[in-house]
Amino acid sequence: MEKKEHILSILVHNKPDVLARIAGTLGGKGYNIESLSVNTTTQYEISKIVMTTVGSQETVTRIENQLQRLVDVIAVDDLTNVESIHRELILVRLNLTADKKEQIKKAVDTNKWKVLVSADTYMILEITGDHSQIDFALVRLEPLGIADITRTGIIALNLEN
Amino acid sequence: MKLKGTQILLKALEEENVDVIFGYPGGAVLDIYDELYKSTMKHILVRHEQGAVHAADGYARATGKVGVCLVTSGPGATNTVTGIATANMDSIPLVVFTGQVPTGLIGNDAFQECDITGITRPCTKHNFLVRSIEDLAPTIKEAFNIARSGRPGPVLVDLPKNVMAAETDYDPANIKIRNYEVTHKPAPKKMANVFEMLTSAKRPLIMTGGGVILGKASAQLTGLARKYQIPVTGTLMGLGSFPGTDPLWLGMLGMHGTYYANMAISHCDLLLAVGVRFDDRVTGTIKTFAANAKIVQIDIDPSSINKNVVVDLPIIGDTKATLTDMINFLAKHNYTYSPADRQEWLGQVAEWKGKVPLTYCQNGKEIKPQYVIETLHKLTKGNAIITTEVGQNQMWTAQFFHFDHPNTFISSGGLGTMGFGLPAAIGVKYAFPDKQVVDIAGDGSIQMNIQELATAAQYKINVKIVLLNNGYLGMVRQWQELFYEKRYSHTDMTYAPDFVKLAEAYGIIGLRATKPEEVESILKLGLSLDKPVLMDFRISREECVYPMVHPGESISNMSLGSREMIN
Repeated sequence: MEKKEHILSILVHNKPDVLARIAGTLGGKGYNIESLSVNTTTQYEISKIVMTTVGSQETVTRIENQLQRLVDVIAVDDLTNVESIHRELILVRLNLTADKKEQIKKAVDTNKWKVLVSADTYMILEITGDHSQIDFALVRLEPLGIADITRTGIIALNLEN
Repeated sequence: MKLKGTQILLKALEEENVDVIFGYPGGAVLDIYDELYKSTMKHILVRHEQGAVHAADGYARATGKVGVCLVTSGPGATNTVTGIATANMDSIPLVVFTGQVPTGLIGNDAFQECDITGITRPCTKHNFLVRSIEDLAPTIKEAFNIARSGRPGPVLVDLPKNVMAAETDYDPANIKIRNYEVTHKPAPKKMANVFEMLTSAKRPLIMTGGGVILGKASAQLTGLARKYQIPVTGTLMGLGSFPGTDPLWLGMLGMHGTYYANMAISHCDLLLAVGVRFDDRVTGTIKTFAANAKIVQIDIDPSSINKNVVVDLPIIGDTKATLTDMINFLAKHNYTYSPADRQEWLGQVAEWKGKVPLTYCQNGKEIKPQYVIETLHKLTKGNAIITTEVGQNQMWTAQFFHFDHPNTFISSGGLGTMGFGLPAAIGVKYAFPDKQVVDIAGDGSIQMNIQELATAAQYKINVKIVLLNNGYLGMVRQWQELFYEKRYSHTDMTYAPDFVKLAEAYGIIGLRATKPEEVESILKLGLSLDKPVLMDFRISREECVYPMVHPGESISNMSLGSREMIN
C-alpha cells in the first residue's frame, strides 16, 4: 500500500503525562512521529496535539485505533482525508556579515519576510507557510548563511466541521 | 469529616466491594499497612510482589471482579511489572496500588524510588500518580472504572507517602468521574450482512476467544452454535467459553491446536470470530489463515480489528450484547440452514476428528503427562478450576482437560508468563474455597514462584499442584529437538530440589508418582486431602506436544509426531 504523510489532530485531556503516553504508544509499536505540535485549546483542561506520521492508510488506521484506546484521548481525526489547511513556522537568525549584509536585506525585501529583530550584526526572521512554502523559503535562505533556525511542527485545521 | 489518605484508601476499596488485597508491605506503605492492621479488610501476604499480582489476576479471572494488589515503592513496584504485563496482554481487570516516596523527593533518586508510572505506561491500561490528597478518592474510583469497563485491563495507582498521610473530606456519594462504559450501539445493517453471509455459507465455523469470557457471553455463543449447528473452535483464552464436551466443539486451534480445528479453519467458508485478536500462535502464516472464508469479527476494541487478519465484516461491540442482537435478528428473520449442507460439513469435521484424534502413546512404562491430565479430568468430573504454568504443561492442559465452563481455565495466554500458575491458583482458591483448584505445573515454571507455597500454607489455601516433572524446560527442549538438532542448550533442569521434601519443608503435603499405575491413586489421595498438596509426577522426559504447526507455516500443515499417535 502507498505510504504517505498523514496529519492527525488529537484532542486529549490535559494531564501531566498524556504526551508521553501518545509518544510511547507510537514509539513502542514502531511508528515514527515526524512532526508534533501541542497546546491547550480554549479550554485549559483540553489540549490539541497535531502530529504527522508517514504510513499506509492501513498503518495510520491502526495508529488511530491504538491512540483511541488511551484513556486520556478524546478524539482522533486524520486531517489528510478531509479538506484542511496546514501551517508551519520558522524562526531564523542570519548573521549580517560584511559580505552578505546587502544580499540579505535584498532577499528580505523581495520575499516580504517578516523581520522580528533587526540588530547591527544579526537579524531574526519569522516565516510561516505550509510545508512546501517553508521548504522553498529554506532553499532561498540557505545561500544567505543560516546562523540558527527553529521550525515548529505542522499545525492544521479542517475547513469545515 | 476529615480522613487521612490511608483511611480514604480503605474506605474507597470498600465502596468498590473489594473483599481481599494481595500484598506485601514496605517502607513507603507502612502507614497504609498500619491502617490495614486496624481494619477488617482481608489481606493475603504473599512472598514476592509478582505473586501478589498473579494471585489478584487469578482471582479476577475466576470471579470476573477486579483484583487488587498493594505493594511498596521501588523494588516492590518493579516486581509487579511482569504480573501487570501478564494481565494487560490478557485484558484482566486489576488495580495495583504502589507506594511512592513523598512528592517532594520524587525525581531525587530517593531511597526505594522508581518511576513506576513511567515503567508501566506501556503495560497498563492506564496509570496514575496521585499528587494531592484531594485527587485520591476520585482517582481510586476512576481506576476501578477504567479497569473493568470496555476491554478490561490493569490500572496502577502510585501513592506518595505524604499524600497518604494528609487529610481531606471524604464523601463517596459526591465523587464525579468520567463515564468509561462503552455504550452498545445496535447495528441492524451489520446483522443483515451476517444473515446473508450465514445464508450463503455452506461451511460456517465459530472461533471463540477470551473476549467471550470477559464479556460473559458464553451462554449466547453456545446458544447460537447449538441452535444452528455450527461447529466451534477456540483460542487458548477462549477455552471454557463453549462446552469442551459438546460434540460441536473442535478443541483449540493454532500452533498446538487439534488437527480437526486447524483443518476446519482452513476449509470453512465463513468464520465468525468472537472476542479474539488473531495472535500469531493462532493463525500460523497469515497468508493461508482461513483463506477460503469470509470473516466476521466481533470485538469491543477497534484496535483488535484488522490488526493481524483483515476481515470482511468487523462489528465493534460488547460480545454479549452483539451476540444477543445477532440471535434475535436471525430468529426474527427466520434464518435457516440447508440440512444437507450442514450434514456434509459436520460429516467432514467428524471425518477429520476420526482421522487424527487428539491422542498420545501410552507405553505402560512411563507416566505420560496427557494421561495425568485425563485422569485429573476424570476424577474431578471436569468440575475444577485449573490454572497452568507456561509451556508444555499449559498446552497439554489445553488439549486434554475439556473445559465446560467459562472462568475455569486460568492461564497466561498472551505474555506466556512462567511462574503464573501457583500464585494464580492461590487467588482462585481464595475466591472459591469450596472448589477444587489445581495448578497444572512444569518443574521449570513452578520454581519461578515456588515461594508462594508458604502463602498457601500460612492461609490454609488448599490448592493442589499437579507437577508434570520431566527435568527439562520442556517446551524449549521440544523446539531444540525439532529445530536445533537436539542440541539441548541449557534446558536440562535435572538439578532440582526434591519437590516432595520441599513441599514438606513448607508445611504442605508432598506426594510422588513414578509409574503409570500410581497416577490415579496419587491424584485421588492428593485431591481428597484438606491441605495444600504438591503431587510430583515423574513423567516421560522427552514427550512432545503434538500436533504442532511449525513456526511460519500454514496451520493446516501440522507435524503429528510419532506414527503411533495416529490411531
